[in-house]
Amino acid sequence: MNKKLHIDWTRCDGRGLCTELLPAVLGRDDWGYPVVRHPRNGDGTNATIGPDEAQAARDAVKLCPKLALVLQA
Amino acid sequence: MDSALWALGRVSGIVSLAMLTVTVLLGIVNRSGRPLPAVPRFSVALIHRNISLLATLFLLMHIGSLMLDSYAKLNLVDVFVPFLGSFKPFWQGLGTVAFDLLVAVVLTGLLRHRLGQRTFRAVHWFAYAMWPIALAHSIGNGTNGTERWFLALAAGSVVAVGGALAWRLSSNFLENAKIRQRSLS
Amino acid sequence: MTHMTSQMPVTSQHLGPSGNNRLFAAGSNATLADHERAYGPLPEHCIDATFIGVLEQSGLTGRGGAAFASWRKVSATGQGRDGALLRSRPVVIANGAEGEPLSFKDKTLLLHAPHLVLDGLLVAARSVSASSLYVYTTAVAMPAVEAAIAERRDARRIQVIEAPETFISGQASAVVNAIGGGNALPLDNRRRLSDSGLKGRPTLVLNVETLSHVALIARYGAQWFRSAGSDRDPGTRLVSVSGRGADQVLEVAGDEGLGFVLAHAGIDLSGVQAVLVGGYHGRWVKPLDYRLTPSGPAGQTVRPGAGVLHVLSTGQCGLEATAWIVEYLAGQSARQCGPCVFGLPAMAKVLAAIAGGDRNPKLVGELERLGTLVARRGACHHPDGTLQLIQSALEIFSEDVGAHLTGNCTRMGGRAA
Repeated sequence: MNKKLHIDWTRCDGRGLCTELLPAVLGRDDWGYPVVRHPRNGDGTNATIGPDEAQAARDAVKLCPKLALVLQA
Repeated sequence: MDSALWALGRVSGIVSLAMLTVTVLLGIVNRSGRPLPAVPRFSVALIHRNISLLATLFLLMHIGSLMLDSYAKLNLVDVFVPFLGSFKPFWQGLGTVAFDLLVAVVLTGLLRHRLGQRTFRAVHWFAYAMWPIALAHSIGNGTNGTERWFLALAAGSVVAVGGALAWRLSSNFLENAKIRQRSLS
Repeated sequence: MTHMTSQMPVTSQHLGPSGNNRLFAAGSNATLADHERAYGPLPEHCIDATFIGVLEQSGLTGRGGAAFASWRKVSATGQGRDGALLRSRPVVIANGAEGEPLSFKDKTLLLHAPHLVLDGLLVAARSVSASSLYVYTTAVAMPAVEAAIAERRDARRIQVIEAPETFISGQASAVVNAIGGGNALPLDNRRRLSDSGLKGRPTLVLNVETLSHVALIARYGAQWFRSAGSDRDPGTRLVSVSGRGADQVLEVAGDEGLGFVLAHAGIDLSGVQAVLVGGYHGRWVKPLDYRLTPSGPAGQTVRPGAGVLHVLSTGQCGLEATAWIVEYLAGQSARQCGPCVFGLPAMAKVLAAIAGGDRNPKLVGELERLGTLVARRGACHHPDGTLQLIQSALEIFSEDVGAHLTGNCTRMGGRAA
């Protein structure tokens, strides 16, 4: 089952840990903030997470220094 | 037996302090958002966390061995309440203060996701107070505290942490500080 | 300056006002007596959850900008209560914070027809069994609202909260944040306000004009509401017209032609170069044969948003005007979300360069690239609304873009020429 990795932009500070853990899912913009590489329906706030990336996504949620990530069903 | 405990108490205290120094340095690197050479950002975060936990473990060893030691005779009250000790109460009290602060910083660190970012951050700032207090305790209270090699080590640590702190306060501290500044100007 | 249509409404307590003068049928600065004389009493005791069905039949959409079907919003707020026994009772908020500098129809409505808004608020509250009611508006409209509340017994439990004069203060989650005691800043949109809004309670935020229509639908029914406008855009809407001549508020039928509305406002159409529809988060259009409706084919219709119509005269430069607006919008960022905090000023800078006569041919491409970095990457609609404005400007004023890049714009202050 695919999950959604939601970025809370009001908290995100673009520290880049999530982009290192999920290089295929997230890139970085000019200012360091994560960019969803393959946005579904143009949604730049919720990244689709496949089964292969599930563990890395959970790590990203755990390690985000600003608690700006949420993994949703 | 007593001399073994005494030695363990000293060595574990020194190791714990050294590890706390590294933890503080890594914490500052972590906050900058920059990776270290060949160490990605998330690894910096994990190493920062793991070394701090190891330092806590050595600190518990330091305290435990001195509680069992018949000469130091540290009691449970001295572990948590500062400045009541029988031997060098001021310098020992500093150790107690540092321990209390460390407990707060570690617990809020482990419970970060439950407590929320604001509480975590507020308490985490105490790390900056904890480190110099612990250092002062080691010099004032330690058997080796005023020996030349230890003072050299302490001086080196002060330079390292002081330098990191100066960097922390500089305007280009954050990885993206320059480019973000340029966007707004 | 406010101007309301001059024709006198033919009003009956049973039939409702005829024609398009519905919301101001009680006249200027309407007191409770004026209000009741014009509209008759509010059948408040008859309102329950079944009113949501009437609202659905009416086809009313939100007049605050998003044009979301009002019944769905009300229904989502009411529904949550069936699921869990312990769910707290809902909150209903009348949102009168326009924020948008070109919009003044909500202020006008609150100043002249506050009782209609209060009626709508009471009806909405009854249909979702709400226990807390708020009117959220800027300082200028507060005395009128408070005076209206003091006039009637059924409105005592309504609290009036002052909204700050910022562009994003009227964004729904910012409204909830402000009433909850925080700053009027948008919240992360992961949770729906209808599930968890003010203090975690199901929260319904409706624009004050939307509520006025609700008040009339509760009195005269869905069919009456649909007797104005078209099937795809029933009822009337208020528009704030500015840019040429005196600023004015008009009430027009849904799906009305843009040119007709402007002519009705007394504007000489030959002097109109383009019209900004929907305000700073809206889009530029020309020519004037577009119809004002939230639903319809893109080439023939334009979404009215919160009803702002701002006229650009033939002598003005659309790029300069847009660059000025984008700079303002960049300054109005809530400074919470990175892509908005840094992306909007970056876009404003590039647009200002184009408008100012910089001939670097890469500027347009850079503007488009920055646009992809801003799109859908924020807690609220602010970056996307700004992006929409810029994209429409590049499209509508494409000839001017070419003229600027070759140094031939004749409209601007002469700097590029």
